[in-house]
Parts: sequence; structure tokens; C-alpha cells
Amino acid sequence: MSRDLNSEIKTEIEQNKIMVYIKGTPEFPRCGFSNAMVQVLNKIGKPFSSVDVLADPEKWQAVKAFSNWPTIPQIYVNGEFVGGCDITLEMHQKGELSPLIEKAFAAAPETK
Amino acid sequence: MAKVQGRIEAKVQAELTPIHLEVINESHMHNVPAGSESHFRLVIVTDRFRGKAALERHRAVHRILEQELAGEIHALALTTMTPEEWTAGGGKVPSSPPCLGGDQTAGGDTGSGIS
Repeated sequence: MSRDLNSEIKTEIEQNKIMVYIKGTPEFPRCGFSNAMVQVLNKIGKPFSSVDVLADPEKWQAVKAFSNWPTIPQIYVNGEFVGGCDITLEMHQKGELSPLIEKAFAAAPETK
Repeated sequence: MAKVQGRIEAKVQAELTPIHLEVINESHMHNVPAGSESHFRLVIVTDRFRGKAALERHRAVHRILEQELAGEIHALALTTMTPEEWTAGGGKVPSSPPCLGGDQTAGGDTGSGIS
């Protein structure tokens, strides 16, 4: 019995307004790039869910294929792939990330 | 030496004809053996990025380095700019965050790879 990793990822990104795939946890990131992404999200202050790919190597491989993006971290907002660490920081610096997230939460306030 | 670095440089140069290109080996900041070529930061300034969103620019670089990303490269930080953006920003480049030890390429995870 093999896992349907694509379905798992789909469910995760659809059920969470902000979903991140990182190394470590938001409390204890184990990579500077993952940490940087988490810090930006903490600053914005909306709840987000995360998967620690170090604890789930199968999902690590699957999420890379899913988004066709070779590196971790990855962030999805409202079910859509937004980018990796550099793009997240860049968008935040340009003031583009908050509006995107606000919009996602405004669209369906009942979900988290 | 610097085999991978040279290959990255040559490929990006050929495909994107940048007016400015930096290929910085940041592996020493991480928990990998000395002389490793696993963690890179690229600064690419080219007019080929004009009219393209960041996601597209990064994907273009990923495509060019597909082989390396499937092999030697474990981390790739990208700064992708048009000549106009580069000039407007005064040629500033973001710095990479310190490693927090989660990279297991060296088989260890003992933490601080940076001094």
C-alpha cells in the first residue's frame, strides 16, 4: 500500500489558507531559509500550517514534483504555489505578500 | 577546482547572457565538508527577465540548472533582476540566512554551520 502523496499535498494546500513545507518546525526551523520564511509569516501574523520535510522524506520528494520547484521551503496561499524563500522575502519587502494573504483570508473567513 | 561553480557560471552565461552574474559558493556556511559545492547564491541581472514575474525568472534558472539541482546542488538562493531593477536597487544583494543545521548532506545534523 503506497501513499497517495499528491492527494495529501492537495488536501493540505486546499484546507489551509497558508501552507508551508519547511525543514524543521515553525518553533524550531532547521534551515536558515525555512526560518526566514517562518519569520516573515509570523510578522504578518496569520495562522499557517506546516509540514516538516525532514520528518517526511517521501513528501519532500513529492512536493518538489508537485510544484515543479526543486527546493525547500515552499509556500502555498489559497491552494496556489507562491514560491520559495527568496520570492517570499522579495514579495514581503515590496509589500505584496500581506495583501495576497489578506485576500486569501477574506475570501473564506470560515476556514483557517 | 570549483567544478560545479564553473559549470553554473557557464550555463547561466550562455542561456541568459547576463550583464552581471555572481555565483557565490555559500557551502562553507553549512554543515558540509570543506570544499563542498552544495549551497549557492546566484545574482543574475539580465534583460531576459524583463516582463517576467519572479516565479517565472526562478523557474527559468531552475530549468537551466536542472541537472545540477538533481545532483550536487542542495540549496540555491536566487536574486533575479532586470538591468533597470539592478540600477534602481543600487546593486544591493540580499545576504543568506545562517544555516540552522537541518541540512543532512554531510550525514550529520549537529547545528551551527556558521561561526
